[in-house]
Amino acid sequence: MSWILDNVSTIVDATWAHLWLALPAIVISFVVAVPVAWVASRFRRSRFTLLLVAGLIYAIPSLPLFIILPLILGTPVRSIVNVIAALGLYGVALMVRYAADALDAVSKDTVLAATAMGYGPMRRFFGVQLPLAGPALLAGLRVVAVSTVSLVPVSALLGVNSLGLLFTDGFQRGIFAEVFAGIAATVAVAVVVDLGLVALGKLLMPWERASLRGARRRTHTEDEQAVAA
Amino acid sequence: MIEFRNASKSYDDGTLAVSDLNLIAKSHEITVLVGSSGCGKTTMLRMVNRLVAPTGGQVLIDDVDVADRNAVELRRSIGYVMQNSGLLPHRTTVDNIATVPVLRGTPVKEARKRAMELMEIVGLDPSQARRYPWQLSGGQQQRVGVARGLAADPNILLMDEPFGAVDPIVRADLQRELLRLQAELGKTILFVTHDIAEAIALGDKIVILEKGGKIAQQGAPAEIMAKPVDDFVSTFLGLDESRELHVEGDLVVDPSGRPVGRLA
Repeated sequence: MSWILDNVSTIVDATWAHLWLALPAIVISFVVAVPVAWVASRFRRSRFTLLLVAGLIYAIPSLPLFIILPLILGTPVRSIVNVIAALGLYGVALMVRYAADALDAVSKDTVLAATAMGYGPMRRFFGVQLPLAGPALLAGLRVVAVSTVSLVPVSALLGVNSLGLLFTDGFQRGIFAEVFAGIAATVAVAVVVDLGLVALGKLLMPWERASLRGARRRTHTEDEQAVAA
Repeated sequence: MIEFRNASKSYDDGTLAVSDLNLIAKSHEITVLVGSSGCGKTTMLRMVNRLVAPTGGQVLIDDVDVADRNAVELRRSIGYVMQNSGLLPHRTTVDNIATVPVLRGTPVKEARKRAMELMEIVGLDPSQARRYPWQLSGGQQQRVGVARGLAADPNILLMDEPFGAVDPIVRADLQRELLRLQAELGKTILFVTHDIAEAIALGDKIVILEKGGKIAQQGAPAEIMAKPVDDFVSTFLGLDESRELHVEGDLVVDPSGRPVGRLA
């Protein structure tokens, strides 16, 4: 434990570095996956191919990807751009399917009603389809976020600073407390990012909160039975 | 005035939803399209605001072919009320009503103020303004739907079975309100229903449709009731033998003796 107390600033630095790798990658995942998912959802024939490609990308082992990407991007292996790009790629691959399903699940009647009101295609997407897909998008993004945060440490093998460096350093030098601190801090970052997303969702989707409250009221007894069981 | 000129709609699989329809819906009147499901009545309605493009013929509003107008602009100029209200679930009552004016560029504040007035006109309590659609009853949702259809003060209102999903008492209430509104506003209304009683209650003119979007008979309710042209229309109106009624005491009964009404 004394190692942790002596190295608080190292852990804090590593935590910030971890967040600075994970957060941009999560944002990229969302921003890139949604348009791809829109194409998959809008043009049915493209859906199979796009989701297949996304699945294949997700299947690439992470360490080789960290090494191959710099060759494609022209960045140094240890550049954080390289790491963020790799993490973003995995995030996109995972998010595309969630996003395509989320957009597909938006009520066709509601979209038709919006069209009949005189929504143009762009405005209908951003004003109606995207917000209504919001809860399902958020559910997917939470999985992507947690998965990204727990994937960051792999980049420590390249020597990029993150909580992963606490694992590699701790293993090499046989400091158990350092490894433990790395694991605990990674879990803490994942939880904080997840809670942050939930809070953001509540802020951006006030109607959802209201309807969840109502659903809870309606199924109150079922909930109690579930808790009792 | 809405005019269908030889309008047809066939789908790729060969089904003919509407064939060679010629029909005029006069300005400031309620024209009701009535028929069983599959008679193409919803397709006809959707041709007017270009949700469906005719595969033949034309649909004209005040002698202008709708195909020559910008679809989005056209839709913003026509009120549309649908079954299950079609409200946007992520918008409050007041914002749902303000939708079209906001799309047309009215400042949000002004559109909301007008929406509050419309709530009163369609008989909604102001306390419902900040609620989301699922927090309203079926009847209230339909009122919001009607208010939204009227919000941009369109000349034309298209109503697609707007009262189909509410119970009979609420439906009768909504029908009365619609007639009261119409007496004030004088819109050109094209109304679709499968309920002949609703058609008779609301229509200045009723158009009875057969399968494939063919007109079986059209005219004022009294005309059609007095002179149905064929068996199809009589059956649809409920004028066949099973509805030959007679009076027993205070009650009106059908041939099997079941009470169907009371003599006033």
